[in-house]
Amino acid sequence: MADARNTYRDGPDEAGHFGLFGGRYVAETLMPLILEVERAYEAACGDPSYAKELASFNAAYAGRPSPLYFAEPLTEHFGGAKIYFKRDELNHTGSHKINNCLGQILLAKRMGKTRIIAETGAGQHGVATATVCARFGLDCVVYMGAKDIERQKPNVFRMKLLGADVRAVDKGSATLKEAMNEALRDWVANVDDTYYLIGTAAGPHPYPTMVRDFQSVIGEELRGQMDTAEGRLPDTLVACIGGGSNAIGLFHPFLDDADVRLIGVEAAGKGIESGEHAASISGGDPGVLHGNRTFLLQENGGQIKDAHSISAGLDYPGIGPEHSWLHMQGRVDYVSATDQEALDAFQLCSRLEGIIPALEPSHALSYVGKIAPELPADHLIVMNLCGRGDKDVFTVADALGIEMGGEL
Amino acid sequence: MSASVTESRLTRLFEKLKEQDRAALVTFITANDPNPELFRQLLEGMPTAGADIIELGMPFSDPMADGPSIQLSSQRALKAGVTIDDVLGAVKRMRELEMDTPIILMGYYNPIYRYGPAEFAQAAANAGVDGVIIVDLPPEEAEELNQNLREHNLHMIFLAAPTTDITRLPRVLDHASGFVYYVAVKGVTGTKSADMTEVGARIAEMREQTDLPLGVGFGIRTAAQAAEVARFADAVVVGSAIVDIIADGIDDDYRPEAGLSARVLGFVKDLSDGVRTARSVDGAEA
Repeated sequence: MADARNTYRDGPDEAGHFGLFGGRYVAETLMPLILEVERAYEAACGDPSYAKELASFNAAYAGRPSPLYFAEPLTEHFGGAKIYFKRDELNHTGSHKINNCLGQILLAKRMGKTRIIAETGAGQHGVATATVCARFGLDCVVYMGAKDIERQKPNVFRMKLLGADVRAVDKGSATLKEAMNEALRDWVANVDDTYYLIGTAAGPHPYPTMVRDFQSVIGEELRGQMDTAEGRLPDTLVACIGGGSNAIGLFHPFLDDADVRLIGVEAAGKGIESGEHAASISGGDPGVLHGNRTFLLQENGGQIKDAHSISAGLDYPGIGPEHSWLHMQGRVDYVSATDQEALDAFQLCSRLEGIIPALEPSHALSYVGKIAPELPADHLIVMNLCGRGDKDVFTVADALGIEMGGEL
Repeated sequence: MSASVTESRLTRLFEKLKEQDRAALVTFITANDPNPELFRQLLEGMPTAGADIIELGMPFSDPMADGPSIQLSSQRALKAGVTIDDVLGAVKRMRELEMDTPIILMGYYNPIYRYGPAEFAQAAANAGVDGVIIVDLPPEEAEELNQNLREHNLHMIFLAAPTTDITRLPRVLDHASGFVYYVAVKGVTGTKSADMTEVGARIAEMREQTDLPLGVGFGIRTAAQAAEVARFADAVVVGSAIVDIIADGIDDDYRPEAGLSARVLGFVKDLSDGVRTARSVDGAEA
């Protein structure tokens, strides 16, 4: 499927398509709204004061740029390639999600919206949304699967402290997919005052593009930082993928650097062959859900399957449409890591680096551990450490058979 | 945009009802809800009970534009494992008994995309389907399916919403076929009541821009509301209120209580009486 292109960075087309993927598959009630978001975003992009305001909040509120860190202990441990972390877990709120939330909240304010809704899986996007809503004085409603509320309690409480109304969704698998359904239903019912702040690079156009643009600050910073550290481009970039916002943010500025290998790591759950996983590209087919055409986990009849991952943030049966396109183009390699592999990497990173990573980037780290030993010492790998693991300690304790209330 | 479907069961019905000066009653049920047997009784009983057009829900795992009633009915149907072929099979059986009542299918795009848009259009036409409404295919994304539907003389029925403003409306009307389905509320199905004055004004506005029949759905729950809409609209769609009667009349294993199908069809009869007399009572004229 790969073709010779001058650039991989010119998508999407006017209607929001990345080749076969993307688009605007929403009910008519929402069409005028997403067209309004698109117009508002285009206008904001043409207004230098918008970029200036965003840059200022990124620096002073989120704490950007996030550092580029040489992970020396892990490099020695694996005994091959030189491993760097892009430290997006050091951002305010503890993940890359704040990059997107700041961009969109400034847009929502320009549009005169007074009520913000969001979906969340691990709660990182919910916390980031609740944070910017608190900062800018907007009402905030976060939809979250009941199962995710159970396994991400610290984030639920954080959202409440920040003033958000967290609404449990107990339908179906009670995870991110259902939370997004409910958020879309809320939007249809509250079109006049409400802005839907989507957390990943998926959904109807212009969301995949907009979220990518806001997250591209990760890759753009990395270019300069790597030049300072090593005087050249990195060789391999690795990021975990649920919807794929941190990955597209890391990859996009490097898409046209043919020598930079790009690897997206999906969640293989209990193993792709078990059928209980969240790897849309490795184990799914093209379909239409949540406003876009993309790779989806689905049954033969086109019903959407429930995903499975130990990581609530990756527990989603779809992936952003630009990733589907990059996969078909062969520009990015999409691989996967299981729950167990992520748990092992989580513990390894905690002990060797003194950094407790979120379970989501633990998937990416697990794959780094697979390739690094086979690569030469001058090969530069950068992994996006897109979230910190404080929120996951209950899940990990449970997986390791440790009772948090008892003897630790 | 060429409106290639010039004559069909649907156009003939609207011609006939225009002469009779009354609106069509469109009744929605989800295929195989709560089980294939009861669904079949309901489907076969609808025309006699007074349904002019039957709208069949094709269940989807993620019905994003539907409220709790239709979400649950989809889940009940999916639990029994209903597929597109099952839905089309039911239409085919119905056509052995009944050839006049238009049947339109309502659903979400993914199952059809997976089935294949061309294969779906052909199979639907063979079964005796007259049109489809695909909730998550706005005009911008509809051509992939619609070109196949046109080839088989099937209507693609588009939704216009309260948010579809005057600048966007032509975009919807350009693609519309059969009738235009006006969504009477800002919201998902079965959750709010329509504001009739507002809806009437929008319908009047749309009349100036299209000759197609104009249907109204979402938020119509009673015979009185149906009659009110029937005074100014060409079709009145009732869905969640029918589905709720089904939901109330089944046990935890979806077994219907005695007389449930008669109760559902009795409600359809009430709706139909309301729609049929709407323009003759109280001297009300649209």
